[in-house]
Amino acid sequence: MVMFTIRRFLQLIPVFFGATLLVYFLVFATPGDPIAALSGGKPMAPAVEAALRAQYNLDQPFWMQYFLYLKNLVTLNLGQTFSGQEVADVIARAYPVTARLAIMALAFEAFFGILFGVIAGLRKGKLFDSTVLVASLVVIAVPTFVLGFVLQLVVGVKLGWARPTVSGTAPWNELILPALVLGLVSLAYVIRLTRASISENMNADYVRTATAKGLSRRRVVVVHILRNSLIPVVTFLGADLGGLMGGAIVTEGIFNVPGVGNLLFQAIKKGESATVVAVVGILVIVFVVANLVVDLLYAWLDPRIRYV
Amino acid sequence: MRFSRTSKALGLAAVVAMSLSACGGGTDSGNTATGDTTKVITANNTEPENGLLPANTNEVGGGKVMDLIFTGLVSYDVTGRTVNELAESIETEDSQNYTIKIKSGQTFSDGSPITGKSFVDAWNFGAAAKNKQLNSYFFESIKGYDTVSAEGATVDTMEGLKVVDDTTFTVELAQAESDFPLRLGYTAFYPLPESAFADPAAFGQNPVGNGPYKLAEGGWKHDVSIELVPNDKYNGPRKAQNGGVTFTIFTSLDAAYTSVQADTLDVLKDVPPSGLQNFTTDFEGRNVNQPYAGNANMTIPSYLPEFQGEAGTMRRQAISMAFDRQQIIDKIFYGTKTVATEFTSPVLDGFNKAIPGNEVLKFDAAKAKELWAKADAISPWPADKVFTVTSNIDGPGNKEYITAMANQISTNLGIKAELNPVTSFKEMRAMVNKKELTGASRAGWQADYPSLYNFLGPLFGTGAGSNDGNYSNPAFDAKLKAGLAATSVDEGNKLFNEAQEILFKDMPAVPLWYQAVQGVWSNNVNTVQFGWDGQPLLYAVTAK
Repeated sequence: MVMFTIRRFLQLIPVFFGATLLVYFLVFATPGDPIAALSGGKPMAPAVEAALRAQYNLDQPFWMQYFLYLKNLVTLNLGQTFSGQEVADVIARAYPVTARLAIMALAFEAFFGILFGVIAGLRKGKLFDSTVLVASLVVIAVPTFVLGFVLQLVVGVKLGWARPTVSGTAPWNELILPALVLGLVSLAYVIRLTRASISENMNADYVRTATAKGLSRRRVVVVHILRNSLIPVVTFLGADLGGLMGGAIVTEGIFNVPGVGNLLFQAIKKGESATVVAVVGILVIVFVVANLVVDLLYAWLDPRIRYV
Repeated sequence: MRFSRTSKALGLAAVVAMSLSACGGGTDSGNTATGDTTKVITANNTEPENGLLPANTNEVGGGKVMDLIFTGLVSYDVTGRTVNELAESIETEDSQNYTIKIKSGQTFSDGSPITGKSFVDAWNFGAAAKNKQLNSYFFESIKGYDTVSAEGATVDTMEGLKVVDDTTFTVELAQAESDFPLRLGYTAFYPLPESAFADPAAFGQNPVGNGPYKLAEGGWKHDVSIELVPNDKYNGPRKAQNGGVTFTIFTSLDAAYTSVQADTLDVLKDVPPSGLQNFTTDFEGRNVNQPYAGNANMTIPSYLPEFQGEAGTMRRQAISMAFDRQQIIDKIFYGTKTVATEFTSPVLDGFNKAIPGNEVLKFDAAKAKELWAKADAISPWPADKVFTVTSNIDGPGNKEYITAMANQISTNLGIKAELNPVTSFKEMRAMVNKKELTGASRAGWQADYPSLYNFLGPLFGTGAGSNDGNYSNPAFDAKLKAGLAATSVDEGNKLFNEAQEILFKDMPAVPLWYQAVQGVWSNNVNTVQFGWDGQPLLYAVTAK
């Protein structure tokens, strides 16, 4: 188990460098000239332009740019944005907001997803099951931005129950609406995964044995059926956490949440490699850790799985 | 002529007021003093792209903040007329040598005095190449700019700037430029306190200015908000009439629009495209739609082989006449823009909507076809050649209007015409700057200061910085130069409009329409006025 964990962390190193190199190259290869855009189409003194290019190493060939970036990275210097701020500061401001949003969305989808999924799975074919299936289908079919705009207009403007956009530092209570929108689509998937898994395991041998042993229905459901049915759900949630931590560009845009999604979107538009690569680098780490946690959870959920 | 006081000399500019007030939208300045003057007003903004230094702020995100926390020698009132702020007088006899006297006893918000040196040092700092200030080119008229702006320059003071005494300094320009005093209200020309130069980067994060507001302690919360509080040291004409202004940073205008609907944001400049159809009903009695000093053009570069010589000129004119501007404005922009009748803007002093030659801006399919046929007789249009219009399509409405325009050109001229979409502004600028266009490109200009010259010189002067199409015509350059050397603003404007006659013959760009600002405000505030540049006059906004 310990060896397994260490091995996984060692895998992180090539993945990290591969991903950052790739992303650095992608930003480099996007057409357009960030310094020209910086001047907003107005003239710029040639000497000023040359000095700015040198400042962001944009006068260097690609390999040199990437090498200089890595060199700075070793000293924990993530570079500067075009507006002259430290990328580390920018990320440190945006990440807590996105993390809060992700945790809320994840909690929402995990709790209600598993709850509804279990009930639907146990009452397969009944009214509740059919209702949940149809409702989740609708949610999956409707794009996030439609959900976002509709909820924003109804709850935020017409009913006035919540602020339509997040204020200032994005406190927990104002993030409820965006978290709901963000979690809804995944909620539908979690319900469907849980339901399918539960209804499949209900006929498994060990469930019949448990029931035959005379265990209470409650114990059979919670300990035997649910625990074993959670493996696909946990896999999904793990991957989803990674996605959520990457920031939700659409949802953050609709609710004006100053999170990583917004940050990344702006940085890509400006061609700001330093910011894009730093965010992606952190995401790589988040994904690897989330996957590791999922793998470790497998062993806990199903004792038949062992890591050596 | 002798400029005794700038405000008086430029009082002629009052004509501009006409075009603004005719459009309604609360330009009556008498109704603002009522209401609660202690509440904080919130307004939308984008995150400033650079530190808040005058010569490094070249975009609206930073500009909106700078204009409230700084003030220059002059400022522009709601109609674009210059009024003296710090200037006691700006005098010249030849439009080349200026003597500027500043009001005595003025201070920055930290109490340090504003002297002639505050201006001279700030301008020298802004011009010097080593300081990497984006607005550096604004000082190019000043004598000695060439030496300080050269790569690796060691000199960092311009010889054209001299401090005479505490309240006087002189400016010598490289050539006569009559509209120089008009420029002095622009961000780049603001003064800086002594403390700015020790660590400009740090100063840019926490600027000390002299405007109607100052940055609250730790007021700049990056990507979130910028909080300004009234500056009690300020005693100019733009006195704060509220308890402060807080800019909320929005990355999406749709989100900002919804916030004003819910009264959680007070003032929004720029209704998003999705709101253009309904904003007058969504915000009944709380909206404005008024022209500002900005326009939209289509540049047809002079280096395109199909647009050379006499045939090229005819083709440019034919294209200009081949589409119905008003129809596109009505269908795509819901009538929120005005058809262009020349190359500048109707809010400017000297604007003339009847410049000879401007009939090429009128939709006339028959005439267009005839001209095109004539051009073809001289040198035939290549059979498979497509007339393209390059534009970034991430901007609101760009894709729609260019597609409509191309379709009409195609139908009316019988050639293939289409939008050449690029994904981002930076990509388009790179193509334009490298002169890699194979067709026309979308262009637009927003004035830095209210002057006809600002729409002509930088865009069409030979070798000028924003001359995307490499246009060059010595006769046009001569007219501009004569206009700059004129000793009165009126005479200058007359010459600038004569220069436009030359533009109509050559058509280096096809004027499309004049921009208008669509603004809305919440139930929490009284009527909001919007200025000549389309920006809300936030200092004059009062709470209900």
